Amino acid sequence: MIKEFIQGLSITAKHLLPGHSTTVEYPKQKLEPSERFRGLHHLVLEHDREKCVACYLCPTVCPAKCITVEAGEDENGNKYPTVYQIDMLRCIFCGYCVEACPVEAIVMTGTYELANYKREDFCFTKERLLK
Amino acid sequence: MPEMLSLSNDPILFICLMLAKILVVFIVVVLIVAYATYAERKIIGRMQTRLGPTMTGPLGLLQPIADGLKLFFKEDIIPAQASKLAFILAPMMILVPAFITIAVIPFGGDIVVGGYTMPLQISDLNIGILYILAMAGLGVYGIVLAGWASNNKYSLLGGVRSAAQVISYELAAGLSIIAVFMLSGTLSLRGIVAAQSASVLDWYIFSQPLAFCLFVITSLAEINRTPFDLPEAETELVSGFCTEYSSMKYALFFMAEYANMIVVSAITATLFLGGPAGPFAGPINLLLKIFFFMFLFIWIRATFPRVRYDQLMFMGWKVFLPLALLNIVITGAVVVFL
Repeated sequence: MIKEFIQGLSITAKHLLPGHSTTVEYPKQKLEPSERFRGLHHLVLEHDREKCVACYLCPTVCPAKCITVEAGEDENGNKYPTVYQIDMLRCIFCGYCVEACPVEAIVMTGTYELANYKREDFCFTKERLLK
Repeated sequence: MPEMLSLSNDPILFICLMLAKILVVFIVVVLIVAYATYAERKIIGRMQTRLGPTMTGPLGLLQPIADGLKLFFKEDIIPAQASKLAFILAPMMILVPAFITIAVIPFGGDIVVGGYTMPLQISDLNIGILYILAMAGLGVYGIVLAGWASNNKYSLLGGVRSAAQVISYELAAGLSIIAVFMLSGTLSLRGIVAAQSASVLDWYIFSQPLAFCLFVITSLAEINRTPFDLPEAETELVSGFCTEYSSMKYALFFMAEYANMIVVSAITATLFLGGPAGPFAGPINLLLKIFFFMFLFIWIRATFPRVRYDQLMFMGWKVFLPLALLNIVITGAVVVFL
């Protein structure tokens, strides 16, 4: 019994030595999320405009119904989204939109600091998603 | 050489020095209490591979002040069905015995002030140990009263547990001290320190190792410290006897817990480690010994889980009490026959 007591005490004593803390002091020190991390969405650019062809697959597959797309046509007859909005308050970051996209126009980034002060600020429009 | 005058010949100076001593000791103890909370959070944090407080001031050093201010400005709630007088009285009844026990701890030899010798001890009672045991016993009334006055089943259970625990462990603690004053032949703490003052090997930890271990463990149980913190076992009793307390009344319970730790450390240092004896000035030696025991208590808290209630009673009555009695018998035989 005494042996186990000493064993336990020595483990805690070892942890007391510097260099054993695993704490990341968050606001000062930030961890890099992994490449597969599902954070804020990003619309991919191609030739100065969005790759998206407004096929409606992402709002269809979205389980939280947080994506709003309205399609339009440009002068060359190519379809593009006139409106592309994601409501981040509803989004569950499942990544189905990324999987469903046939042209790989939407990806997810490592941005995870999405807190904000107003409800309107959580509505990510096409301009914000393209940034 | 002129004879040293006793302070009692000059009542005004006597009272002034007495008040000064009380004030200094009180402030030192309150400061240790405040920073013991910080040290505990830091050390336990490190031991659990966390950092502890870091944000409040440099290295989180202002944390105790922030905690104190927060508790001070909290709403003071007294439950409608509580027994009001007892509810208010209970926290004081825990804190006061903890603080006044320190009055008999000698924290140095004599110093000379203006031709008068002044002992570095608030009061040298000739029944010092008896006084300490009495105050330790009195402390539990506060807990029981707090548990009963809250009119809450968890508080009451905490209070009842505390009473049972203190009764079981005070016997073993008291009996383990008996062996010490069988050797010293006095109940005065000053006398016990004097009996250990010849050399380090005269410290009673070397002649009474069993009594030392018993006293440290049973004291842990008496001040309701982990692994014997059953009266406030969070997992079963919400927060035990202090469930219904808030604001400064809760802070008083908190202070009492740490003050009790300091008292037990100081008593152990005085009885077994020669009190203020050591390489530095008297009070500093005693403080170092107190800090050593405080660290030990924090270390134990970071390491061991809480004992079960039947284990607690088993250890108190069937292990520690017989061992303490055996120790008395052996010490008695040695004192009489050698």
